[in-house]
Amino acid sequence: MNRRKKTMLFLGSLALFFTVIVISGFCCRDVARVTDFSRKNMAPCVSFFFGTDWLGRDMLVRTLAGLSMSIRIGCLAAAVGAVIAFVLGVSAALFGEKVDAVISFLIDMILGIPHMLLLLLISYALGKGLKGVVLGVAFTHWPSLARVIRAEVLQLKNSTYVQISQKLGHSKLEAALFHMTPHIFPQFLIGLILMFPHAILHEAGITFLGFGLSTEQPAIGIILSESMKHLITGKWWPAVFPGAMLVLVVALFDVAGNALRKILDPSSAQE
Amino acid sequence: MSCLNKFHILEINHLSISFQQYKSGTRQRNLPVISNLNVSVHEGEIVAVVGASGSGKSLLAHAILGLLPSNAHQEGEFFFLEKILDEKRKKKVRGKEIAFVPQSVNYLDPLIKVGSQVRNGRKSKEAKDRQRELFQKYGLGNQTEVRYPFECSGGMIRKILLSAALMEYPRLLIADEPTPGMDLETAKKAMEDFRRFADRGNGVLLITHDIELALEVADRIAVFYAGTTVEEALVEDFSSEERLRHPYTKALWRAMPKHGFEVMEGHQPYAGQWPKGCVFGPRCPKFGPECETEIPERVVRCGTVRCIRCKEDISSNHHEKREAHRHVGG
Amino acid sequence: MNKKLKLRTVKWIGKNLIRMFLLLTAVSIVTFVLVNRSPLNPLQENVGQTLLGSMSAEQIEKLETYWGMKEPPVQRYLNWARDFLRGDMGVSLLYRQPVSHVIAVKLSNSFLLLLIAWLLSGIFGFFLGILAGIFRGTWIDRIIRGYSVLIASTPAFWLALLFLLVFAVWLKVLPIGFSVPIGVEATGVTVLERLRHAILPAVTLGITGISNITLHTREKMIDVLESDYVLFAKARGERMRTIVVRHGFRNILLPAMTLQFAAISEIIGGSVLVEQVFSYPGLGQAAVTAGMGSDVPLLMGITIVTAAIVFLGNSIANILYGFIDPRMREGERR
Repeated sequence: MNRRKKTMLFLGSLALFFTVIVISGFCCRDVARVTDFSRKNMAPCVSFFFGTDWLGRDMLVRTLAGLSMSIRIGCLAAAVGAVIAFVLGVSAALFGEKVDAVISFLIDMILGIPHMLLLLLISYALGKGLKGVVLGVAFTHWPSLARVIRAEVLQLKNSTYVQISQKLGHSKLEAALFHMTPHIFPQFLIGLILMFPHAILHEAGITFLGFGLSTEQPAIGIILSESMKHLITGKWWPAVFPGAMLVLVVALFDVAGNALRKILDPSSAQE
Repeated sequence: MSCLNKFHILEINHLSISFQQYKSGTRQRNLPVISNLNVSVHEGEIVAVVGASGSGKSLLAHAILGLLPSNAHQEGEFFFLEKILDEKRKKKVRGKEIAFVPQSVNYLDPLIKVGSQVRNGRKSKEAKDRQRELFQKYGLGNQTEVRYPFECSGGMIRKILLSAALMEYPRLLIADEPTPGMDLETAKKAMEDFRRFADRGNGVLLITHDIELALEVADRIAVFYAGTTVEEALVEDFSSEERLRHPYTKALWRAMPKHGFEVMEGHQPYAGQWPKGCVFGPRCPKFGPECETEIPERVVRCGTVRCIRCKEDISSNHHEKREAHRHVGG
Repeated sequence: MNKKLKLRTVKWIGKNLIRMFLLLTAVSIVTFVLVNRSPLNPLQENVGQTLLGSMSAEQIEKLETYWGMKEPPVQRYLNWARDFLRGDMGVSLLYRQPVSHVIAVKLSNSFLLLLIAWLLSGIFGFFLGILAGIFRGTWIDRIIRGYSVLIASTPAFWLALLFLLVFAVWLKVLPIGFSVPIGVEATGVTVLERLRHAILPAVTLGITGISNITLHTREKMIDVLESDYVLFAKARGERMRTIVVRHGFRNILLPAMTLQFAAISEIIGGSVLVEQVFSYPGLGQAAVTAGMGSDVPLLMGITIVTAAIVFLGNSIANILYGFIDPRMREGERR
């Protein structure tokens, strides 16, 4: 079996792993809310691998539900962010110096405010909650991908076949759609997937601070923020396991993105 | 000249270099880039290794200096000043008795002033005096040593690189395409420094793709084709096609502007795609089935050739060359 | 420095200053729009729903005038901007103190934290990157790269929780939070005491910030080691150690410093989370409190000041890149 096939198999199993988390977490989101004081504050044991919290909720089920939600929100936010990046990146490259200057000013401005703070502001502006998180993450994460796409389009714009296409009377937009999109798509896909981990981390972060999802949701940020209150009394499991699972999921997304890059864009991966 | 019993500065016998390569996944293969190459440089001599660009002749320089990457495998023997030159000795002599003259400004650290680079960072008075002496010799002004590489012109860079190579009084210079982008006249002038160096009883190994330049400045030419030297000839042998030994060299000769500019058909086989037997076989007009066997290197009139079609064979010369080898080996 | 160069320098600095001013103006407008379009009513958040319900319309109007909610938004922004340029950032609704004063106090608390974290991540990232680059492909490289990927995937606040658990709860060697011990006058706190409280948050921030600079330095180190000038250095008999010190450090330090100055934004962003976990009374925590309590003037103030710091960092990065590198500095002489 060669390396490429191995990578494909690896990516396939990762996709399966994420799907299982998303679906199982989605299915047990009601179970995750079941409180039972007869089993509260139990350390990890055979029947509760991750233990239970101070309301007797099963931490394993809560973690799954939280991860599922984080992945779904992360995907949604990253997708919105990627669309913004695509539109602005292509516009900056195609519609002249003025548009380019405005967009690069916009990028500098967004990068000037720390992500977390801007996220907090946007979430605050949208009255906290799900909408705030998704749009907040989307609006803070587009600049780097937009830069990549801009550079890619600029390079393509100067290539012969696109110039010929324009001489034949096709508009800039047509040229962009028919000739450039296929070339930019791999970059776009890689950028999108590499945006997931950041989106998930920031979603968890802003929720942790109390600006994201409401407290009754079994989100990872909420779980960790609640666990903090009980940490001082030595109850480590509600903090350690959900966090470790989050790290695992985020790291796997990162690995998946880089593996995909090796397949789609061999020039950038010498090792 | 090679049939004369002159002192050998450098002698390379049966050098082969190959690279470990991953091909489609985990399958490894050995990619040979130089195979069974022989070349020698005598006292007072400039020897030019001439071959097409990108044919791997730079690796020859790296091999002599012991700078091949770790995935390279190397076989063969080196002798320097008639003593065996193994990896340990290469480390000791490189930059001192054997010096490398690279081709462009890229070989200078962009963030270090050129004077300091020529001195290799040393600040002793001795080093400074030597560096200034060299700069003066090559007409580099006093201000040059405090400049950064990007502030120097191409001509200055060439002189700086040469000064760096000469700092430690080497016996052998290895120059890899030392005249990039120069026309023949400028290049010839640039090579005068090498000539003077060689005339003091030293050796120069010049690696180049430019046969016209090589004919102007060198004493002997080693023709590099598909990873090996197909012919070693005196420069005088290039005065007429008949005196040349190998069909490839003859074709090169005919391709020169003053000899008809005749374009050779086909292209050099890439590393890994060398034909069996004679590497020039597929392009050779005299190719026959007997060329598909191992082709030995033979001594012919003060030179060598790897072609079984080359009929002249003067055994007395052969004998002399053997003598020389034995002398070196002992 | 010759005259032409001086003129160029002045021009360059001027251009940068103007750009920075424009960017800050844009940031302030965006922030203003964001905090003012929020459905969260500062009156309600601060006074409380029940109290608001019991107040007379007259009282409410008086409060609304006090918080400037009557005027049209453009006018309010201009008022704010005019005051800001005079050095008046308004009064914090939560702290009942001038915003400038609150920010000064919080920033001075955060400064130590941010500085330690910034230096830690910069220095360790630099050396780990160099190490990974030199030993490329070996187990050392693999461990360092694996660590970088793992740490890049770790949320700062979770790492903070773990550290809190290990060092403050289990080992009890470091305090749980607050920049000074409870019940001690802020002025009576020794530097050592301050440092003790800043250690955990600073280390957390530093560790999470390492990943980027490590991977970047590693790439650069590999580039340098594969460069022609290192080949020439080897051909001249330089040893590996000399090559790394003489050519490696020199050629990597500048891009690494540039990157690290540009990374200030991330460290400040991370501090928002980490200060929350360690209840460290810094700028990050103040931002969260302000957001929670709809303290609009404070939120505006913090955003502008933070953005100014980030832009300053970026400018320093530009200066490093544009003026210290001899190729850029004297680029015109060529």
